[in-house]
Amino acid sequence: MSEQVIRHPDLPRPNAFTQEELGWVPWLEPKPESELTEDDYTALVERSRAASPYFRLLVRDPVVLGARTRADNDIFYNTDAGLARAERELSAAATSRTNGCLFCASVHSRFASLQAPSRRDDVQRLLDEGIDGEQDERWTAIVEAAAALTATPSHFGAAHVDALRAVGLDDQAIVDVVQSAAFFNWANRLMLSLGEPTPPGA
Amino acid sequence: MSDLIDTLVGIAPGDPLDALRAKRPVARADAQTTYDALVAAPADLARATALERAAIGYWVAALSSAGALAAHYRALVADVDATVADALDAALPAASTTGPYGAYPTGPLSVEDEEGLHYSATAELRAVVGDRLAAALEHAHLLTFRPRDASPDALQSLLDAGWSTDGVVTVSQLVAFIHFQLRVVTGLAVLKEAL
Repeated sequence: MSEQVIRHPDLPRPNAFTQEELGWVPWLEPKPESELTEDDYTALVERSRAASPYFRLLVRDPVVLGARTRADNDIFYNTDAGLARAERELSAAATSRTNGCLFCASVHSRFASLQAPSRRDDVQRLLDEGIDGEQDERWTAIVEAAAALTATPSHFGAAHVDALRAVGLDDQAIVDVVQSAAFFNWANRLMLSLGEPTPPGA
Repeated sequence: MSDLIDTLVGIAPGDPLDALRAKRPVARADAQTTYDALVAAPADLARATALERAAIGYWVAALSSAGALAAHYRALVADVDATVADALDAALPAASTTGPYGAYPTGPLSVEDEEGLHYSATAELRAVVGDRLAAALEHAHLLTFRPRDASPDALQSLLDAGWSTDGVVTVSQLVAFIHFQLRVVTGLAVLKEAL
């Protein structure tokens, strides 16, 4: 007999993009906290992540989880030159909006608004109207680049680089747009396929 | 130390892109560490064999029209079993489409639902790769083109085809990581031409 997934037929399923804090429940059994090894804690990077079913599921392949998490932190939190933090979160949110990951979009739209509090309505417009919703020139260039890179096959091209340069991004910032969008093509697929979001406060 | 992304994009030490990548040194090193752990030198070949890992890599990169990366993974497949590489080649035209598409949970986003191909492995492909790898290729197609259609049923299909829970985590990481890897390669290659 094969192993069985975990189903959550009685949980309400969020059906709209939001900046509120969603929960997430897994469809496969996370590794029990009591069985975590020191190598697993190294892979979790922060010990507090042992409380998260998402990270305790991914720790079933610990080397990959550790590398994924360190790469994530460097792409989004290494502020040695490059793109502003808010705009890295914008790239992640636009990618998540394109792929349809309600959970990832909620986290990174919220982070974008925290980094740029005056832009909360612009972030909400990205969620409500999608990548074609109106933004200023700079955010339009970033959103369009992230969305183009997210398409399969990708249609990111020279015109996107030109548009990013025209609104003031240097090459380091363009690398940050690329890597933040690329990273969320990784993260969205894990979050979407290994479990499901739950409503705020559920 | 070799770095696959540098090799595929054509970045040499001292190039402008070498300096740009060096500003995100952890992301650079850990992209390679992830590739090594998933494909080049996995610790656990029982949960997913070298051939399965390479075949899934080729399938995802080729479905995404990521030319240089697809060629890299195809060579890994052919090194182990050229018959499998040929069977994947034969299956690719009917599997290729454009994404992302799929359905949202019923509600205000339903107006954005988009129909698209739900891929099932053909008898010809299944005969060569077996039911277990065929199930992974079907799931990889779902994750590639319509990730928002993911479901417990899709994971149960993997479990029923003989994948363990650990194996499903690794296959999911492999497919998802390649979508990162191919976009870094694409993005840097475009930027390289514009420097």
